[in-house]
Amino acid sequence: MRNWLTLHLRAFAYALRRLFGQPFGTLLSVLVMGAALTLPAGGYILRNDIATLMHGMSSKPEISLFLDNEADSAQADAIRRGLQDEPQLASFRFVSRDEALKQLKGSGLGDVLGGIDTNPLPDTFIVTLRGNDPKRFEALLAKMQSWPGVVHVKYDSAWVKRLAALFELARVTALGLSVLLGLPLLAVTLNTAVRLQILAQKDEIEVSRLLGATNRFIRRPFYWFGVLQGTLSGLVALAAVWAGTHALAIPVVKVGETYGIKIALSSPNWKESLAIVAIAAALGWLGTAVSVRRHLGWF
Amino acid sequence: MIIFDSVTKRYPNGCMALDEVSFRVEPDELVVISGHTGAGKSTLLKLIPAIERPTSGMVQINEQNVSRMPKRAVPYLRRNIGLVMQENHLLPDRSVYDNILLPLIINGHPQKEAAKRVGAALDLVGLSGREKDFPTGLSGGEQRRLAIARASVNRPSVLIADDPTAHLSPAYASEIAGILRSFNSAGVTVLVATHDIALFGHWSPRQIVLDHGRLVEQ
Repeated sequence: MRNWLTLHLRAFAYALRRLFGQPFGTLLSVLVMGAALTLPAGGYILRNDIATLMHGMSSKPEISLFLDNEADSAQADAIRRGLQDEPQLASFRFVSRDEALKQLKGSGLGDVLGGIDTNPLPDTFIVTLRGNDPKRFEALLAKMQSWPGVVHVKYDSAWVKRLAALFELARVTALGLSVLLGLPLLAVTLNTAVRLQILAQKDEIEVSRLLGATNRFIRRPFYWFGVLQGTLSGLVALAAVWAGTHALAIPVVKVGETYGIKIALSSPNWKESLAIVAIAAALGWLGTAVSVRRHLGWF
Repeated sequence: MIIFDSVTKRYPNGCMALDEVSFRVEPDELVVISGHTGAGKSTLLKLIPAIERPTSGMVQINEQNVSRMPKRAVPYLRRNIGLVMQENHLLPDRSVYDNILLPLIINGHPQKEAAKRVGAALDLVGLSGREKDFPTGLSGGEQRRLAIARASVNRPSVLIADDPTAHLSPAYASEIAGILRSFNSAGVTVLVATHDIALFGHWSPRQIVLDHGRLVEQ
């Protein structure tokens, strides 16, 4: 075990020397790989923001339950209890027909009712929904429709469906584009860097093999090289995402305000930051492993 | 013990390097392999650490059949064989000390013991005090001695030297021959391919003579 650790420490130290022995080359590789990683990392963070936004927006739609004008207070109480027991609701309020009439008149539309002696407006429950799944809402709607005393349920499900579909499209596109553009760029850069390292150490690899080095011994420093490059690239990507979210935060809020939507771009939290760097390091290791297996066959 | 049994080596280009060569080397022997250029001396030596594989026949070292050895086992075989090749194969960007240390690192020796061994190897080849120098700063003879130190630092049971005195002045060549002889005296089986038989002659080593890939005298 101690020997194994020593071998890894030596390989790590050696990889560090190789990495910082060519600072300019390392800087360029890390910047390119960092840029490649920024796309998926940024996409991931944006995806979270979109999910939050979807959640926030889809909670706004309201359902209006119009009661029968003949409905008595017992039926209204039964509906109230039914709503109280319903876990999918965020809140609800009762608007009596008198209150509705008052609101209508207050809104300047009182003339519409000119010539009508009686109040034609029904008692209404205004219900705010929890969650963002239109399919579940439709089931809930059907259930409410069947309650005694309810004559009509009004819900703009198409609007919510369209919005959800739009956000889902944006989410998948952002993630897909990030993966399609970012990962190949990362793979190409890493492969080139490792290939150059192998060529630069061609003599050393040959000598080590003559002296009895196993493939594992020869590959080990390259693996560490990949992990270190991946980690540094992850840090560059993280810095770019931080800078990007900070720079875009205010313009995005302003755009949202023009549509009456509250949007906030969030910077990655510590867990997300750690995940980005860890994934970058893992990708560095994986890319190097593939590249080393391919190129070490030359010797 | 090293056994060559009807060993033939033909390269992919059709060149017959060795043709039905059979001989046996006992432990602690010093064997000089001679022959004209292209006689097959280097090929013969490369078959022992499995740098090359025979086309037919069997090469056996310390009861291990090298001819059929799986690739993954070859590194462990090589750790028990000291190699001094025609090209010294020194690493120019590593110091004398680090060049000698490399086989010990590969073999996983603890640092303290490795340092002792490197010191002893440097003493043995007369390079003490040159630890921090780089191979490019050494003369041809010193580079060859460095290669011998690296080949011997793992205390191998077999030492193979391919033309170790080539391109060296008579004085340096004599030194190198003396170092190889001292290894043999310490119980190491030594095989030397050389044109300069006279250098080793006064130790009366066993001689294997090759001619166009065939063993003509042993």
